[in-house]
Amino acid sequence: MTDSDMPRRSDADRISDIPATMPIEPEMIGETRSQWRDVWRQFRSHRGAVIALILFVGILLFVSVGPYLWTIDPTYVDIRARNSGFVAAHPLGTDQLGRDILARLMAGGRVSIAVGLTAMTIAITLGSFVGLMSGYFRRLDAPLMRLTELFLALPLLPLLLLMVTLFREPLSKTFGPAMGIFILIVSAIGATSWMQSARIVRGDVLGLKEREFILAARSIGTSSRRMILRHVLPNVLSPIMVAATLGIATAIITESALSFLGLGFPPDFPTWGRLLFDAVDQMVLYPSRVILPGLFISLTVLCVNYIGDGLRDAMDPRIRGR
Amino acid sequence: MLNFAIRRLLLAIPTLLFISLVIFLLLEASPGDPLGNVPLTIPPEVKEKMREALGLGQAWYIRYALWLKQFFWVEPVYWWDQVFGTDFSQDAQRIISFQSRSPVFDVIAQRLPQTLTVVGMSYLVGILIAIPIGILSAYKQYSWFDQLGTFVSMIGFSMPTFFTGVVLIIIFGVKLQWFPSVYDTTLQVRDWDSLVAQIRQMVMPVTVLALYNAAQISRFMRASMLDNLGQDYVRTARAKGLGERKVVLKHVLRNSLIPVITVIALGLPTVFGGAIITEQVFKVNGLGQLLISAIHANDIPMVLTLTFIFAILIVAFTLIADILYGILDPRIRYD
Amino acid sequence: MNRLAASALAFLVAGPALAERGSDGQLRALYWQAAMVLNPYLSTSAKDVEPAGLAVEPLAIVEDDGTLTPRLALEIPSVENGGIADDYRSITWKLKPGLLWSDGTAVTADDVKFTADYCMTPGFGCAVLSEFENISSVEVIDPTTVRIHFDQPKYKPLQAFVGQRTPILQKAQFAACLGPAGASCTDQNFGPIGTGPYKVTNFRPGDVVQFEINPHYREAGKPAFSTVTIKGGGNAMAAARAVLETAEFDFAWNLQLAPDIIAPMVDQGKGSIVASFGSMVERIELNQTDPGYDLPADERSTIAHPHPFLTDPAVRKALSMAIDRPLLAELTYGPAGKATCSIVPVPPGFAPADPESCFAQDIAGANEVLDQAGWLPGANGTREKDGVALSLDFQTSVNSVRQDVQALIKQWWSEIGVETQLKTVEGSVFFGGDQENPDSLQKFHADAQMYTDAFYLPDPASFLNKFVCASIPSPDNQWQGKNPVRFCDPAFDEQIQVLHQTADPTERQDLARDLEATLTRDGHFMLPLIHRGMVSAHVDTLGGISPNGWEGQLWNIADWHRVQ
Repeated sequence: MTDSDMPRRSDADRISDIPATMPIEPEMIGETRSQWRDVWRQFRSHRGAVIALILFVGILLFVSVGPYLWTIDPTYVDIRARNSGFVAAHPLGTDQLGRDILARLMAGGRVSIAVGLTAMTIAITLGSFVGLMSGYFRRLDAPLMRLTELFLALPLLPLLLLMVTLFREPLSKTFGPAMGIFILIVSAIGATSWMQSARIVRGDVLGLKEREFILAARSIGTSSRRMILRHVLPNVLSPIMVAATLGIATAIITESALSFLGLGFPPDFPTWGRLLFDAVDQMVLYPSRVILPGLFISLTVLCVNYIGDGLRDAMDPRIRGR
Repeated sequence: MLNFAIRRLLLAIPTLLFISLVIFLLLEASPGDPLGNVPLTIPPEVKEKMREALGLGQAWYIRYALWLKQFFWVEPVYWWDQVFGTDFSQDAQRIISFQSRSPVFDVIAQRLPQTLTVVGMSYLVGILIAIPIGILSAYKQYSWFDQLGTFVSMIGFSMPTFFTGVVLIIIFGVKLQWFPSVYDTTLQVRDWDSLVAQIRQMVMPVTVLALYNAAQISRFMRASMLDNLGQDYVRTARAKGLGERKVVLKHVLRNSLIPVITVIALGLPTVFGGAIITEQVFKVNGLGQLLISAIHANDIPMVLTLTFIFAILIVAFTLIADILYGILDPRIRYD
Repeated sequence: MNRLAASALAFLVAGPALAERGSDGQLRALYWQAAMVLNPYLSTSAKDVEPAGLAVEPLAIVEDDGTLTPRLALEIPSVENGGIADDYRSITWKLKPGLLWSDGTAVTADDVKFTADYCMTPGFGCAVLSEFENISSVEVIDPTTVRIHFDQPKYKPLQAFVGQRTPILQKAQFAACLGPAGASCTDQNFGPIGTGPYKVTNFRPGDVVQFEINPHYREAGKPAFSTVTIKGGGNAMAAARAVLETAEFDFAWNLQLAPDIIAPMVDQGKGSIVASFGSMVERIELNQTDPGYDLPADERSTIAHPHPFLTDPAVRKALSMAIDRPLLAELTYGPAGKATCSIVPVPPGFAPADPESCFAQDIAGANEVLDQAGWLPGANGTREKDGVALSLDFQTSVNSVRQDVQALIKQWWSEIGVETQLKTVEGSVFFGGDQENPDSLQKFHADAQMYTDAFYLPDPASFLNKFVCASIPSPDNQWQGKNPVRFCDPAFDEQIQVLHQTADPTERQDLARDLEATLTRDGHFMLPLIHRGMVSAHVDTLGGISPNGWEGQLWNIADWHRVQ
């Protein structure tokens, strides 16, 4: 048997794909609950994912509940206490102006995680939508991909500066200063980072839609909407997961870059990315100032990655049975 | 497939023209000012004269048309003259940078070598280490190798290059003094010694960028391999008695490459775009540094030309990626 | 090898003056903001002017103390030596005899005349056109004498061709570059032929400039370094590291770094830092008009709407009193800044008599001033009067040092019951004059803003002229006015006219001091904070560096040499 005889995906594969991708038929809805219980059981058996979930909840508690327990104002300048080491009054020390680093890490994490998750969600949703549409509907392919190329080619900085000029004040007026800036930042990051996932999803969908199980589903009259949601999307989830994990890291770092365009939160307001950037010059003298925010960023990204891995494994029926 | 490629190439022309118009209008509308970096001591009336000397007094559509003419006619003719010693260009005005008042393409030509060597090399290294790592991690999922790979690539991706670059400089440039912290763009490789010097100054920037690129590509490679390894055709192939190596490297890898091709095709144009932060950290002064300084100075001809070349590469590489999809998976059809 | 030779030489000869030309090998300098063009008539940024100064030279330069020293001129013209006409309508410069360009041809008065025409030809967009203001014609008297005629008496005649921003160019080289053609003279702009100690051999804009000795340089035995490389790129921190920690480079320019970062680097014993102080002053401007967000766009920050509380002298005074300038300088600028109470801290004759009058921080006093003026603490601690709360928006450009200063000042102002919201704007937007841009310093859509301004020649008359009523930015002048603080006082306008008509140096100084005090120490319309210097680092084996706040760091590079 030569290699060319070898079908790229065997018939057996195509058949087995049908139950894999059509898990919830109408009559199965009653079993949904137990199915989610299955997913959860499978998820729990993934040791890395469970540890990551616990850590991630810990980080979330640190940034959300922490500020209520550790009530120092993160922007309060106490010159006499500047450059303090790890002491009781400042467990993680203070920065060059005497601002408490523990308080700044908590406040900063709140923003960074919120920005990271929201911006990533926007980018991934937008990217997957464009990718699915252009991969699945041939007529939409050309216009959507040309749009993607346009966005890939646009120079980011002038675009962001323009967004600040146009939208900073209207948004602040409508949603209040903090919320307005938050919306501006996440939409700026989201609107400029969806293209990669769109291309990736489209590439996968192009191959997927020619496979027999899709043709079979179509021949029994499945609507396009149902087809995309039930059959196509689940099969392109894993690259989307990877893009999502990487997207969080990018969004957290991009947020810090935005503050150098005057686009971010007020300059004395900390975020992890900015804490890391500001401390780079002081790295030799005060290593903890780069290590701490760096650690939190990496830890968050690692947690999301492992949780994503665990979820994907848990939701994949082929693995769940094992 | 040939029909498809030709159609796409023809379609690329209006697309690119439209992209150039959008970029131009974006730069026009953006709040920066080409004279923003001029010292405050210069009175407004003098600034106004300088603005006019830059040609900014004219309406935007005239300047855009002029740029189109210069980009698509004057520059190619000038290039032709240079190569064949003719004089068709008749000293027509080339695209002139606001900052240096020199032809934009001359500056780009000066910057291209260091960007291609440093950023290009790092991309190559990144791909070469990412693909084997991705394959092996997927094949031995949850082994110590996979766990380590995940850990390192996630750290590598979540640590920005402005941080990793400085860490490398402090360790290998300052403390150990193995590598120079400043990249010498005037170095010419003529003999063994200058080659060694060139390699020494490339090590740190290439490492930083390669780590970042490899982290990303290896994650996509791994995820895609995992998807395919679970498919039944793999079991079938094994059942038919195919060697394990052949199953994995031939069938699974081939089917898994589509997302990786996408990521690489999106990444290659950025080689030309340079690596803004890494180039700055190591003073490479390539195209990335050129672009960012031009953006900060609102040097519209420079930014427009650079981003437009970038756009051409993006359009070209997405086309190449689309053709490669068809080769990797013949079921993908575009007609 | 070079260093060995240099140390041997240093051992043999008594001093640098006797050193042999080109004996000290290569000099490597780091300008992290890289030169883009080597013609000061196209760009007056220090990053461009200072490297260009190695090749092209003016008639005279300004010394650190504000006095003038001849470069190509034989002597400094004055009324006493007849160089300045009695009616101040012309000035006569004499060139040193026997001057040669680096290509071996003679420097003549024709070149001086040509350079003036070059800048003043319409359509060129000369960056230093204002230095040539009031020049009606330039007359060549003989090959070494040139007379500049003014269209009215000019009581500050030493302006054009003084300082590295207005050097003499070679007529033969630039003849084809008059007017609009000047823009495409790339070869000329990248390698001007000059009279300086070096000539350009290789220039890559935004990256690196390389020089070699000008064989026709007029001073025997100078310069000591045979080649100079000025590399650009990176940032201040990386530049400091490359000199102070690894000694890869001999010299690095403009290192605005926090003092506690730079001190340990100097302690490593490889290099030192030098600060030179020109006229740069970081100041806070208090908007005299209402930036009100609810006003229509073309009425915001215009004189039609006076500011609700910054027009109250008590508020301005309290804001100034709350600031601890010496501490601010120590914490944020370190060696690169000194506390100041004046926007004209140099030259000494123009500086205030008591330079430290505002140094003592007085929070209690400031609170008392506000209490007496009727501004009383409200519910959340912010002071208010008649429904107006002391809450201000404070903007500046993106810069980590400025952001630290903002945080400190916000803290101090909060201690006197003033609430502050901080805002940062990207530099090219903040300093840009685009009319559509709401965030520029001219539009000043905030209550307070902070930046640095300076003047280049040691007489602040035209600098103070910025603050006349007519210069207030408004929609009528496309927001291009030079008076962003929107200060307007007819008495000030009258006095400044008197200053322009005064020739006597002492009288000029007294007048200028009074005018300046109106803006700062008396009126508190502007709060001077830091007299900023340029900090540069050099390795300890580099000798001859002498700080000069007016002419940049490389002004005496002909005297630089290796020491051991």
